[in-house]
Order: sequence, then C-alpha cells, then structure tokens
Amino acid sequence: MTQEAIFEQERVLKSDWGGGKSPFGVSREKFTMWIFILSDAFTFGGLLAGYGSLRASLPEWPSRVEIFSSFPFINAKLPLMFVSLMTFILICSSLTMALAVDAGKRMDRKGVLKYLGLTILGGLTFLLCQAYEWGHLIHEGARLTSNPWGVPLFSASFFVITGFHGSHVLSGVIVLTIMAIRVAKGIYDKRGSYEGVEVAGLYWHFVDLVWVFIFAFFYLL
Amino acid sequence: MTETTHQTGKRVYYRVWFQLLVITVVEVVVAFLPISHSLMAVLFTIMALMKGSLIAGYFMHLKFERLGFIYTLALPLILIVALAAALIPDGTVALFMRLGLGYY
Repeated sequence: MTQEAIFEQERVLKSDWGGGKSPFGVSREKFTMWIFILSDAFTFGGLLAGYGSLRASLPEWPSRVEIFSSFPFINAKLPLMFVSLMTFILICSSLTMALAVDAGKRMDRKGVLKYLGLTILGGLTFLLCQAYEWGHLIHEGARLTSNPWGVPLFSASFFVITGFHGSHVLSGVIVLTIMAIRVAKGIYDKRGSYEGVEVAGLYWHFVDLVWVFIFAFFYLL
Repeated sequence: MTETTHQTGKRVYYRVWFQLLVITVVEVVVAFLPISHSLMAVLFTIMALMKGSLIAGYFMHLKFERLGFIYTLALPLILIVALAAALIPDGTVALFMRLGLGYY
C-alpha cells in the first residue's frame, strides 16, 4: 500500500463511523444490545398498536377489574391486585439487576452473584405468577379464539401479548442464569470488566420496561 | 478511580425504584377513578413514559451516554408510542361504521 493509502486508512479508522471504534463512545457489545432492544421495542409496539386500534374499533371490551381479581391462596376478590404484585416484583428485579451491575463496577464478584441471584428469583416468581394467571383464565374458559366474556379477541390479545412478554422474561432468566454461572467461574474477574453483566442487564430492564406499558394499557386502561 | 456517586450510586437506584413504585400506585388508583376513558389513556401514557424514562435513563444508564446516542434511541421509541396513538382514530372510524354512523 502507498503511504497516502495508509494515511487515508488510518484517518478513516480514527473517525467516528469509520469502523475503527464503536460509535457514540459505547462499546460494540452495548451498542448491539441497544439496537436489538430497539428492534424488540418495535415488535411490542406493533402488538400494542394493533391491540389499541382493535379496542378502539369495538363498542365494548371485557372488564379487567372483573376478570383479573383472583389472588392465589386468598378466597376473596382483589381486583387487579395480583397483576399489581407482578408489576412490583418486576420493578424490584430491575432494582436488583442495577445493583448487580453496580457491584460489577466495583469488581465485587460475590455482590454481583448475590444480586444476579435475586434478579433471577424475581424473574422466576414473575413467570410463576403469569402461569397462575394463564391457568386461571384458561380454567374460566379463555382460549385463543374465544372466551366467556363476549369479545373473542380479548383473550387472543391477552395470550399473545403476555405470551410474547413472558417468553422474553423466560429467555431473560436463562441469559441471567448463564451469566451467573460465568460470573461464578470468574470469567469477568479475569477480563477485568463486568460489562457483560451490564449488557445482559440492559435486556432485563427492557423486559421490565415493556411490562410497564402492558400493565398500563392492557390491564388498567 | 472516582465515581460520581450522586449520579449512579446505589442510592440513586433505590430512589428510582421508590419513584417507580409511587407512579405504579398512582396508576392503580387512576384505574379506579370515575373518569373518561380518553382522559385515563392520556394519564396512563404520561405515567408509562415517565416510568419508561426512569428505567431507561437510570437503570439502563442511558441518561449518562452521549446525547447523540440518547437521541438515536429515544426518537424511535417516542415514535412507536406516537404510532400506536395515531392508529386509534382509525379504530374509532371502524367503530362508527360498525354502529352504522358513517365515517366520522
């Protein structure tokens, strides 16, 4: 290569978008995860937008206060309390995830493991709660194409939207478990950085963020 | 290695967690208020965006990234919400047609 070509190549590689470094001062891994999260947000945005215009086109919609009023082990009607508890669990798991990342910044392996464990526990609890909800609704007669409350698309939206979200929670739990095993093995200590945990944490926070919108617009509104 | 602990320490995470909880409680209360559906939708949109901004800004650390990166992500996310809102009138047109009231 000529001298000019070498200089040109170096100039390009030093520039923001030349490929020599990751743009926006964010690491490649983190940037990739954010772009993936953006695409996943489009998926859920599409589902929720479809649900929204669907509901706007129907004269009536089943009362969530009536349908979502059961609570495990309690024989009384507690409208929307169980799903509020699920929201609380997910918010807490986001907190423990942030604390795990914070521990990672201090290279505190035991702290990372503790908070990752709590986050995984929160995710599993949420999945158990969602399974209970599904079981309860299916027991009442809700199916993908019909339900006892008059509007067939109600149960279809419920199962599809919460199903998509639940599968994201499940994959998040699996990812976090794998990360916990890697942390326990000391892989990030050796690397000198717990950024991998932070990147996995981004996905987990996204799962919580999606639930914020599902909770508000499917259950409450 | 110093950290701006007043921006990203454990305290901030607990504070954000508490703010998320408060907004959630307000959301549940609003759900039971005898107000119009459209008003409820507006309130929920505002509160959901507040919670989303808290999670993205502090838990996901987006607030402390470069401004260009924040814009790169925030704009499409806002537009998704705008898209969902923009499709509602089309839904109501279908409703009016179903009820035999024409196109408006």
